[in-house]
Amino acid sequence: MLANLAFWAFSGVAILSALMVVIARNPVRSVLFLILAFFSAAGLFVLLGAEFLAMLLIVVYVGAVAVLFLFVVMMLDVDFTELKQGFLSYLPLGGLVALILAVELGMIGMTWQASDQAMALRDAAIPEGMTNVEALGLVIYDQYVYFFQAAGLVLLVAMIGAIVLTLRHKPGVRRQSVSAQVGRDRKDAISMHDIKPGQGIGE
Amino acid sequence: MDVGLGHYLAVAGVLFTIGVFGIFVNRKNVIILLMSVELILLSVNINLVAFSAHLGDLAGQVFALFVLTVAAAEAAVGLAILVVYFRNRGDISVEGVNLMKG
Repeated sequence: MLANLAFWAFSGVAILSALMVVIARNPVRSVLFLILAFFSAAGLFVLLGAEFLAMLLIVVYVGAVAVLFLFVVMMLDVDFTELKQGFLSYLPLGGLVALILAVELGMIGMTWQASDQAMALRDAAIPEGMTNVEALGLVIYDQYVYFFQAAGLVLLVAMIGAIVLTLRHKPGVRRQSVSAQVGRDRKDAISMHDIKPGQGIGE
Repeated sequence: MDVGLGHYLAVAGVLFTIGVFGIFVNRKNVIILLMSVELILLSVNINLVAFSAHLGDLAGQVFALFVLTVAAAEAAVGLAILVVYFRNRGDISVEGVNLMKG
């Protein structure tokens, strides 16, 4: 009973905050509602027994992605009132497409039926008497190890791509050149002058 | 009424629809567009985890993990492109993006 109540609370908050993400006037509020939506989704994951994914959702999304969004929203100097100008003119088309999509999804949901062999076709059945993290770890590092490595490569490519895109070399900035410093020798570093008294170095 | 697979699928469907709606409505603001994409991927994750719990199959959760990875990478690269675009144009409207061709 309590689990049912929790489901309705989490899903209601998730849907309402997702709606607020889309229609909020201020992008900062959108990001904050996105964080709330992810929190509620993490609650739904806990209800489904996927504790590790729930924690991952909070750590990765709330801790990293949403903060990244917040950084970018606050860093860009955008006029907030200008951003919502096309909202009303695009509302009918967007509403129509969303309605059609919802009806189609509903039709699929009404007519869909699980296959008889669904239980036999399971790829990695959840083992008994094991925590979610332990079972997931056994599967990820064994059965799906190549996918795991590929996920790491995806993150590496994304990291390099983001750095390459945003890095810029300002002209006129003097940087340290280690090779030039190390490659200095006595000949071009100092020069000897024989200076007569009273004349100084005239050049 | 007990909460079952259908309820979770319905929530995921509603979140997906809201995400698509957000993409259509926010034409002036690429940041909210990216957030809508994140919402869509979240709804897909809810679907995968719901089926994983329903069938007792861990593969769904593993797949949700990979979707999470790709979503994080997508957000990072998307925001980097957004920052570069803002530096060049001074605004973040989608309507001017086609000026970049050629």
